[in-house]
Amino acid sequence: MQLGRVQGTVVATIKSEGLEGVRFLIVQPLGKNQQPVGSPLVAADAVHMAGPGELVYFVASREAAEAMPERFVPVDHAIVGIVDDVQVTS
Amino acid sequence: MKVGVVSGNVVSTINFPFFDGKKLMICDVLDGAGNRGSEYTIAVDQVGAGVGETVLILDEGNSARQIFGLTTGPVRAVIVGIVDQFDLNFPPNPADNG
Repeated sequence: MQLGRVQGTVVATIKSEGLEGVRFLIVQPLGKNQQPVGSPLVAADAVHMAGPGELVYFVASREAAEAMPERFVPVDHAIVGIVDDVQVTS
Repeated sequence: MKVGVVSGNVVSTINFPFFDGKKLMICDVLDGAGNRGSEYTIAVDQVGAGVGETVLILDEGNSARQIFGLTTGPVRAVIVGIVDQFDLNFPPNPADNG
């Protein structure tokens, strides 16, 4: 899992079967010191409460779909938690 | 699996139900030379690791779910061991010198 910052939302009316009702957010992946790393990506919101500006952690690959109500859906990144606090030494 | 060093932790109250009560640690993944690079992962701690400790990180979903006795769950990285020592200074293999 990685840290990310929610930057925006994505709305799609026509989408693949099984994705009805799933919220999609634009997430900027972050390094451990919360510096941006790489390009923003679109992640499904599995906690249903993440919003723009929030620090979240997300899971990638096959495990992202495991966070969805329907397990076999084309989702490759999913937000699974909203971060309250990060403590990093060194 | 990967070898990493625990460098911090993440606290979260609003999360996917699987993560309720789980301890999440930020781990720097060590490269082939045993150094910390820019790669890190947030892993679920299953062994009680602390900051600064060298750990063994499982990074595969099915094995991770098996650890927690689940058939479904959005988990992939799990700290499964605390490393006492590791040695990268094996003698060179004569076969590698042509």
